[in-house]
Amino acid sequence: MKKVLSMVLVAAMTMSLLAGCASNDTASASTDSSTTQAQADSVDTSDTSADSTDGAAASGETFKIGGIGPITGGAAVYGIAVMNAAQIAVDEINAAGGINGYQVEYNFQDDELDNEKSVNAYNNLKDWGMQILMGSVTSGCCVAVAAESAKDNMFQITPSGSSVDCITNPNVFQVCFTDPNQGIAAADYIKDNNVASKVAVIYDSSDVYSSGIYAKFAEEASAKGLEIVSAEAFTADNKTDFSVQLQKAQENGADLVFLPIYYTEASLILSQADKMGFDTKFFGCDGLDGILGVENFDASLAEGVMLLTPFAADATDDATVAFVTEYNKRFGENPNQFAADAYDAIYTIKAVLEAGNVTPSMSVSDICESAKSGMTSVSIDGLTGLAMTWSADGAVNKAPKAMEIKGGEYKLIQ
Amino acid sequence: MRFLNYLINGISLGSVYAIIALGYTMVYGIAKMLNFAHGDIIMVGSYAIFCLMSLTGLSPVVSVVLAVLICTALGITVEAIAYRPLRGAASPLAVLITAIGVSYFLQNMALLIFGANTKQFTSVINMEPLSLFGGSVTITGETIVTIISCILIMVLLLTFINKTKAGQAMLAVSEDQGAAKLMGVNVNGTISLTFAIGSGLAAIAGMLLSSSYPSLTPYTGSMPGIKAFVAAVFGGIGSIPGAFIGGIILGIIEILSKAYISSQLSDAIVFMVLIIVLLVRPTGLLGKKIQEKV
Repeated sequence: MKKVLSMVLVAAMTMSLLAGCASNDTASASTDSSTTQAQADSVDTSDTSADSTDGAAASGETFKIGGIGPITGGAAVYGIAVMNAAQIAVDEINAAGGINGYQVEYNFQDDELDNEKSVNAYNNLKDWGMQILMGSVTSGCCVAVAAESAKDNMFQITPSGSSVDCITNPNVFQVCFTDPNQGIAAADYIKDNNVASKVAVIYDSSDVYSSGIYAKFAEEASAKGLEIVSAEAFTADNKTDFSVQLQKAQENGADLVFLPIYYTEASLILSQADKMGFDTKFFGCDGLDGILGVENFDASLAEGVMLLTPFAADATDDATVAFVTEYNKRFGENPNQFAADAYDAIYTIKAVLEAGNVTPSMSVSDICESAKSGMTSVSIDGLTGLAMTWSADGAVNKAPKAMEIKGGEYKLIQ
Repeated sequence: MRFLNYLINGISLGSVYAIIALGYTMVYGIAKMLNFAHGDIIMVGSYAIFCLMSLTGLSPVVSVVLAVLICTALGITVEAIAYRPLRGAASPLAVLITAIGVSYFLQNMALLIFGANTKQFTSVINMEPLSLFGGSVTITGETIVTIISCILIMVLLLTFINKTKAGQAMLAVSEDQGAAKLMGVNVNGTISLTFAIGSGLAAIAGMLLSSSYPSLTPYTGSMPGIKAFVAAVFGGIGSIPGAFIGGIILGIIEILSKAYISSQLSDAIVFMVLIIVLLVRPTGLLGKKIQEKV
């Protein structure tokens, strides 16, 4: 009896191991086919950009943009969104005549959220002939790849690697806000729009993202004269009970609680505040994006919660509507902010290449030098921000978009 | 008034620790093993209630009863498969490590079945918060129900152990397994029964934990489980009233140190207090000193 039971248990564990591995090798090869199709679609584009097109058509030269991100594993949601959205952007650009009259080839490689695999993917892409890199999607991988791309002086733009370490090299630029910049943007937004005058903060001191935002938020708040009445931390090991943090905020008369944290803890804070009858405004960063996706979540708790996030799928401007419709049509779901960042990244590449009048025959390093100087002069109206500009250190300047949760949906505050 | 509020928050957090600690201490007291998977059985109980309520639309009471049955079955199964074969093992470490293994197994199974996404638990307790002193102090319905359940379960357990035949068998097993066997007590059956009761309590603890702190993930049970274990040691592991008192005191220390010292250091302070208590009273607050007879 004992033996039978233990055999069953062993069998069950083995099965679960197998089940875990099964879904791995599916998505990595799927990107190339559509690029070649896009090339075939747009042969007759010579009228858009007069002088260079003939040469391009004759020699068959193309820009080769590589992408790296996790399309399997724990952060697959982010990588797939970036891969898909960048594909949409590339197809649109090719259909409209390419960049400087040259078609764009796009190749996206999986890094499984692993730094070493990200560097391998980078080397694979170099063998393929990549001239410009859009990636990596996550901060850790991006830092690893940036060390390599700096050696090659390859122009690199990351859609979503938000750590400041991603952009220490001069050849790397970010589309998303850096973590500290979110803190500054949040303090500015609260002060400039008179959202509140007395702010309490609850942050996770054991998390780089959260404590990074808090540090800059506090700095900017004191510079701007925004009063922080209480700043209470919690840690990864102590994140179920927030009664003290909330009570301190309430006692100190906070009219807004700033939550630079992820939505799992935020949902607990909201329900505890509700239970203790603390009626206040909550304000968060992009980590709160997703709170409405918590299964069985009582959306009335989040009513009126404000968050700074670069992109809302329900925004009504033409560009967003067109992008969301196209994304839905192709991939059957609403794009998230990572998708929007990637879409903007591709169009940013297009803009800097056009500003520098770059051609594919130039060397990788020459393209990079031209693009680097282009980055500091272009201004992009993208999905994740209007009039985005970049400083030479690689960080983006853009006005964050503030959303408010109303009636169970993210609504853009106009 | 402010202090009173903190105190009540502390009691409400402590009552959750206490109810989890009851299960720990019960199993330790009788089977003399630390069931580190207890926190994860609580998580399974929470998921069971969540699924029964949201998927099949059963009433809260029926869901809780079914969850208790599910957890009881799980507890008996885990004991039979993972712990019983090791009971005779040369080193008591074997069972301890297996318990940690079971804990990870349950977490990862939950991860596989339910995914990593947080689920919001709908509180099964529908009770208006109690307002005192003109609304300056409120006690949530969850706290009241948790404390009452704690006391009720404690009394029931003590009565069961002291007044019934099965309970007497448990006492016998806890004192000397070999001698109990010689006296005709079914040791395996008694320990199974202990696990059954402990795991059934875990389902109730899961209900109360998730009603107070409604976000549900596969790791929901692990940290409260460890804190409750500390509470059980604090109160004197093996002692049922000790678990209750230990849990409440731990909750109060945690909240007060968060409130008056530092919200980041509260865990460090809690564990420091534990060390001091153990230095002064090695068996915990209410622990019995067992004399080894040579």
